[in-house]
Amino acid sequence: MADIPGTGAKPLLSLHNINMTFGGIKALKNVSFEVLPGEVHCLAGENGSGKSTLIKIITGVYRPEDGAVIEYDGQTYSHMSPVTAQASGIQVIWQDLALFPEMTVAENIAFQTVIGRWPRFVNYRTMHDIAVKALKRLGVALDVDAPLKDYSIAQRQIVAIARALVGEAKLVFMDEPTASLTQSETDHLIEIVRSLSASGVAVVFVSHRLAEVLEISNRLTVLRDGALVGVYPVEGMTQSRVTELMTGKNFDQQVRAKSVRDNPIVLEVKRLSRPGQFHDISFNVRSGETLGITGLLGAGRTELALALFGMLKPRSGSVSLHGKPVRFSSNRDAIKAGIAYLSEDRLSLGLIQPQSIADNLVIASLDSIKSGGLLSDDRKRQLVARWIADLGVKIGRQSDAVSTLSGGNQQRIAIAKWLATDPKLLILDAPTVGVDVGARAGIFEIVAKLAESGLAIILISDEVPEVYFNADRVLHMAQGQIAGWFDPQSCSLQEIEAAVYA
Amino acid sequence: MRKLVQSHATEFALLAVIAAICVVLSLTTDSFFSLGNAFDLLNTSSVNIIFAVGLLVVLIAGGIDISFAVAASVVQYVTALILGYIGGGGWISGLLIAGSLGILLGAFNAFLIHRFRIISIVATIATFNIYFGLLMFFTQGVSIYDLPDWLTDRVVLFEHEMADGTWAEITLPVLVMVICVAATWLFITRTTTGRQLYAFGDNPEGARRFGINIGAMQFIAFGWLGMMAGIAGLIQAHYAQEVVPNALYGRELDVLAAVVLGGARLGGGKGSVLGCVLGVLLIAITQNGLNLLGVSPFAFKMIVGAIILVAITLSNTSIEKLLPFMRGARR
Repeated sequence: MADIPGTGAKPLLSLHNINMTFGGIKALKNVSFEVLPGEVHCLAGENGSGKSTLIKIITGVYRPEDGAVIEYDGQTYSHMSPVTAQASGIQVIWQDLALFPEMTVAENIAFQTVIGRWPRFVNYRTMHDIAVKALKRLGVALDVDAPLKDYSIAQRQIVAIARALVGEAKLVFMDEPTASLTQSETDHLIEIVRSLSASGVAVVFVSHRLAEVLEISNRLTVLRDGALVGVYPVEGMTQSRVTELMTGKNFDQQVRAKSVRDNPIVLEVKRLSRPGQFHDISFNVRSGETLGITGLLGAGRTELALALFGMLKPRSGSVSLHGKPVRFSSNRDAIKAGIAYLSEDRLSLGLIQPQSIADNLVIASLDSIKSGGLLSDDRKRQLVARWIADLGVKIGRQSDAVSTLSGGNQQRIAIAKWLATDPKLLILDAPTVGVDVGARAGIFEIVAKLAESGLAIILISDEVPEVYFNADRVLHMAQGQIAGWFDPQSCSLQEIEAAVYA
Repeated sequence: MRKLVQSHATEFALLAVIAAICVVLSLTTDSFFSLGNAFDLLNTSSVNIIFAVGLLVVLIAGGIDISFAVAASVVQYVTALILGYIGGGGWISGLLIAGSLGILLGAFNAFLIHRFRIISIVATIATFNIYFGLLMFFTQGVSIYDLPDWLTDRVVLFEHEMADGTWAEITLPVLVMVICVAATWLFITRTTTGRQLYAFGDNPEGARRFGINIGAMQFIAFGWLGMMAGIAGLIQAHYAQEVVPNALYGRELDVLAAVVLGGARLGGGKGSVLGCVLGVLLIAITQNGLNLLGVSPFAFKMIVGAIILVAITLSNTSIEKLLPFMRGARR
């Protein structure tokens, strides 16, 4: 068995010689992976690096090629089955949680008790007790008799964790558990992971957010293109070092901020307010400028963006574009006036997944591809080809469904869709959620190029480094108000982070 | 109590609407508020309630069925023929035959949906046409009046002589309906299979990851509706004392509307037996009331449609908005 630096412990799980091929493509090449009892282990890698394939092999969803050795809790297997995996204490908390919103919290947590082929009577009291016990172990109080749909995403996450604990878990996989959580919810989750680990449960954490990975994990396994890059202790690791390991490239981020004081003002917002959401917001954005807006989730960033895009009505204040006051009664007006908004939730709101790349790209600019009152396929093809080339999107055919593209390429299609409307102001709301590190850099390249061409850009993100490195000025929002302004050229990243997470 | 109201908003809204209609009808008509009329309502609604609880199970599992009413017609007809062939039979053999035939027709729907991945509304529109077409083709639209005596004899379970000399009666269909309702309630709320159906309708992918047998879920849901439809078919033949091939044609939409009115969700995972029964009763009471008020039967459908819209809007939104103090505390 391989040496584990700094420990003498015997691994709980150890995999060797794992190979997996899908349709001629090697998804995993001779990978090994080890988890110690009670440790928090991070599995890092870009999309398509083989992380989920590895998890699915460990949980028995896939069967690895011959020669694989899986040692778990003193037993040796050539492959796992879902039943063995669950019975021996391996649990997965899927990214989509796989919960039942209409059922009660108790039923969700103790759902294991109603599984099985032959009908039995349901014992609601047992379910109730199991649920209360599991939640108590997490130190959380929820009304277990209430339907799950009454609870927030963060609370549902806790329910999913509680459900995993019911099966006497020894090893818990968490797939992107913080993707939809706010900072304080993430902190709470991290507390829970720590207490699980302290009670002897090993946790394997898969996350795109490197900051929290480094905060929580003991060790780190990095995969790239289906091969093992290495296993590292987290102590002494930095985010840029992990990024480098994951992508094999060096992303030395530099502040891109530049002075744009002489450019004409595109958007001027004066004392904009909407009760309960944002209050007394004034700022301007110049042509060629990238304005970064950051703040915790719930600070009113998205609501402000929606107000600028005509989807929420401000109660008071004014908005002018190129010096002319505008008032939008719907987002159609805003699009016409030259405002484009790339939504936070690209997957459900921004793109229509089953439709083709071409149809998605032209949906906001159908007028421009009309010929004699009807849509012209030729013009559509030209427009799509132009944007795909401009933004460097990797696609098969224009008629392929958007769902076949990777996260980074989907994001580019979403950007292209709005650029095709020939906007003056582009609002990007959390453009890198669910996009891996390598592709993020590509997206910000595009943003910089667009700014250079004279577009005014508002970049909204709750990841402070994103706005620090990519915006010319940073606006910090808290509780619906402007809490401060920062100039990346004259302040440090830590200064902004301290203000935001204060 | 507050919790009870909160978790059963639809049921309480329906009860409130039913109570309001009953009060109005009691004040405006002489005959609505009487034991005889109440019993009549139950007797005539029984068949629809049996259909409704069957359909509820399919809706909870995330499906929909358009074919069950004509399937019941097929069952009626074939059962009548089989009973004639075996020379009579009785209630037990009759219900067994009808229930089994119903399960068979329901299972065919499940087979199409599961094996060929046809979405349930399309599959059952197809079988709706197939079942009805076959029935009309082979019967030439001829009704059967020559039914066994046990099937056409009225069975009175309870009777009470009213002051004016008429009799208020509860008949056999009510008993069968109560058994079907109780069985469905027990099945979907108290058995593991029932909870699996809810989970499957709520989040099919989540259910699959738990190892729930998806195919079995479809067969159980459509089989249960088939069985209920078969039983309802036989009871309707008993009530009408004849088998008319197209008697139940069109019933599917009335029942579907009532079940959705009762809080079941198209899309699965939600719905209760109580809501479903109240949904059917609300529509029945409205029709009965309009009848007593002397409104033209041609206006019935229009008014029932309006009632469905109003009640659904009420149950979806207002209870919680009207009573904001009931929310909060959580979250």
